[in-house]
Amino acid sequence: MKSNLAEKRDYVSSTNACKACMPLGASIAFKGVEGCVPFLHGSQGCATYMRRYLISHFREPVDIASSALGEGEAVFGGGPNLKQGLVNVINKYQAKAVGIATTCLTETIGDNVPAIVKEFLDAAKVEGPGGKMPALIHASTPSYAATHAEGFHAAVDAIVRQLAHPVARHSGINLLPGFVSPADIRHLQEVAKGFGLKATLLPDYSRPLDAPAGTSYEILPGGGTPLADIAKMGGAAATLSFGWTPYSQAAGRDLQERCGVALHDLGLPIGLRQSDAMFEALAALAKREIPSRHADQRGRLLDAMVDGHKYLSGKRAVVYGEQDLVIGLASFLAEIGVQPVLCASGGRGAGFRENLERVTEGLVRETVHAEPGVDFYRIAELSRELKPDFLLGHSKGYLIARELGVPLVRVGFPIHDRFGGPRLHHLGYRGAQEMYDRIVNALLEQKQSESNVGYGYL
Amino acid sequence: MSQMVFEERKDQFFETGTDKPFRISCDKQSLAGAVSQRACVFCGSRVVLYPIADALHLIHGPIGCATYTWDIRGALSSGPELHRYSFSTDLGETDVIFGGEAKLTRALDELIPLHQPKAAFVYSTCMVGLIGDDMEAVCKKATERHGIPVIPVMSEGFKGNKRAGYYAACEAMFRLVGTGDTEGIPPMSVNLLGDFNLAGEIWIIREYLERMGVSVVANITGDGRVADVRRAHGAALNLVQCSGSTMELAKMMKETYGTPFMRVSYLGADDMAQALYDVAEFFGDAQAMERAKEIVSEELGRIYPRLKRLRKDLEGKRAALYVGGAFKAFSLIKSFRLLGMKVVLAGSQTGTQEDYEELASICEPGTIIVDDANPLELMHCLIEKDVDVFVGGVKERPIAHKLGIGFCDHNHERKLALEGFVGMLNFAEEIHATVMSPVWRFTPRRTLPRLEEVAA
Ligand code: SF4
Ligand code: SF4
Repeated sequence: MKSNLAEKRDYVSSTNACKACMPLGASIAFKGVEGCVPFLHGSQGCATYMRRYLISHFREPVDIASSALGEGEAVFGGGPNLKQGLVNVINKYQAKAVGIATTCLTETIGDNVPAIVKEFLDAAKVEGPGGKMPALIHASTPSYAATHAEGFHAAVDAIVRQLAHPVARHSGINLLPGFVSPADIRHLQEVAKGFGLKATLLPDYSRPLDAPAGTSYEILPGGGTPLADIAKMGGAAATLSFGWTPYSQAAGRDLQERCGVALHDLGLPIGLRQSDAMFEALAALAKREIPSRHADQRGRLLDAMVDGHKYLSGKRAVVYGEQDLVIGLASFLAEIGVQPVLCASGGRGAGFRENLERVTEGLVRETVHAEPGVDFYRIAELSRELKPDFLLGHSKGYLIARELGVPLVRVGFPIHDRFGGPRLHHLGYRGAQEMYDRIVNALLEQKQSESNVGYGYL
Repeated sequence: MSQMVFEERKDQFFETGTDKPFRISCDKQSLAGAVSQRACVFCGSRVVLYPIADALHLIHGPIGCATYTWDIRGALSSGPELHRYSFSTDLGETDVIFGGEAKLTRALDELIPLHQPKAAFVYSTCMVGLIGDDMEAVCKKATERHGIPVIPVMSEGFKGNKRAGYYAACEAMFRLVGTGDTEGIPPMSVNLLGDFNLAGEIWIIREYLERMGVSVVANITGDGRVADVRRAHGAALNLVQCSGSTMELAKMMKETYGTPFMRVSYLGADDMAQALYDVAEFFGDAQAMERAKEIVSEELGRIYPRLKRLRKDLEGKRAALYVGGAFKAFSLIKSFRLLGMKVVLAGSQTGTQEDYEELASICEPGTIIVDDANPLELMHCLIEKDVDVFVGGVKERPIAHKLGIGFCDHNHERKLALEGFVGMLNFAEEIHATVMSPVWRFTPRRTLPRLEEVAA
């Protein structure tokens, strides 16, 4: 297969990146902690750009503070600004936690954030709610090292490392879903509840980034994983962690190593088999049958897969996005008879190709072409040659879909050109069902609009 | 409201109609820890140069700065669309250690032959400022190798705010000006500075001018072309819209080439008409003035009946605006007046002392005037003034919506033409669409008793 593709061109530059930067991912994760304000240690511009990017997807206010370094600080170090900024954020937001993420600038000048935070705490006179100093979490997130996906997980790992310690065992479980939609998080909560499990879901930005209409602008939106629950993660009966890449497994590993919490590493529960794996794992942990409503969901999904199979059989798709998401989507596509002809990501985490092969094995007729570390210029080149029937991914593939005249089924992040991105489901039988319907409909719509007959029954 | 303002920012607020002397401080670095709505130097440069459609815009830095600026604005081109790509040197860890010059050189060497641009702008970002790449030298060599101008834009993010970025962009463009042939440029000719052709706006303005017999040499920069910028010094007059962004270029051109400039605004019927009259007056051309008057009455006649109907619904509603430059705020205030609406809050990210003084003088008593606001402050003002519609950029939209307040996007990212007479009507329709929506009747702000204390 590979020999048919445009000879691999190794571009030095990036054109139309298929990734965002680390602190953006970290900010999303920090948004999922109770009362937490994301705080970027760097110059003002980065924070403003990221807020704009996030707001276009979530359509929610996303406050991200910045230490707003200027020229002087860039030379002499940003410590004083960081401390001053913390005082301001804590006072004005009454934050229960501040999630400090570094940027390229402060990583390059070599600011030692843990040391600065320690100095700050030693000298602190500010008092948070209830006279308590807020939790100050810091993650190292220089974008020149990796993508927003790694940034997200670096923050999750930082939260766990800095706030969860060995404590008395309890029967609850930890659920580390990875970078999924607010709707997915809500769904996982219902699923866990259905099993009678007390699950600590980290991070939980389902409310902070998808909040109900209010009477005022909540400066600190409610919701988020409660800090008290995070503190108890070290005593959980088990951790269920979703994600195939080493960075998405880091926090679970850490809980296992430091606190002895049993770890169940699963992929993102996308499609039939991966969802089965999640439901089975939950059933085993809860020592219960899978609740009938989920068994029914599965049955309906299968029923739909039968009813729709001919619409999809033999179709070819280009898939792109974060590595974990792409692997999950490829697994799902293989199940529904679609050949993922190109699986692309801006990320370069280990095991991408191997995992893609593993999840599609026995279901697809061609080897899946895996492209880690690419940009949309390259994805476009390959797509022209591979002639997919549709694209599956976020909004940024739109120009390719438009050029090729094929549908783009929007999933993941960012969705800047459609409405309701945060309310899309990807996970579980429910997510698979939704995506299945949307994919079939996209192809039907294409067929219908291209037909000169205009059939009303399809 | 006073307790919601950061102590350090108190002097960046002002309420008109009190007997305090007017004083507001501005052009400060944003306060650490406050969530500023401001961007960086790079952002300012990118905004100004971006619409030059046949140039390569290469962002030298780590990926984020490029990702967040990929095709975010509606700056249209009638031809090439190279500006819609997002090129980055995507600096990695080794580049931080060993410097990014080699990578920049290779990036230029692969991109220029591939895309055949007429010029290349290379933007420096924070990191480049730190690792100390000699962009000037790299660009100079690339210019020689490729035979097109390769121009460094000194836009390291931390070296100031957006304003500094405008300046860096003007400096970069000024290197192009004066390098082209000015043959055949008619005496009644202008350059359009500070219009970015969002949703095709510059085409509207060009059409008015052409009807007046005035030709346009260079669009700077909406639907811009490198060759036009190179011969821009041959124009008789620079029309400068958007107070901050291109004023420096106008000043540089005046100093070096003696090209006079004139500030104009194409927003709102009043200012649009004034702009056309001013141009005709400048050229002292009776025929042009005659035509300007014809255009104004014809265009107004076209939009007036509909405007009148919209105004009926909008009369007495309250508006707040928070925009990039203060000059835009003036036009907006007048536009709202034309719709029978009251402006109760006016603010900008980058206004100058002069701007704010003028703003204060044209606003009604009780209007809040603010420089470089953050969401907290904006929220309090919006609630206190019980606003019906808020005009701002994408970052302000969710604030308004969460509060149950209508919103109108008036930023560089808008996809709706708001300039010219037709733009005035679009603006009115947009305001009407949001203010008159039934949704506000169901939002908690109206259905629940108003909270006495808001999140204080
Ligand atoms: S890549 Fe680095 S410098 Fe650029 S926006 Fe992201 S954190 Fe800031
Ligand atoms: S790194 Fe600097 S130049 Fe890039 S977005 Fe951040 S502040 Fe702006």
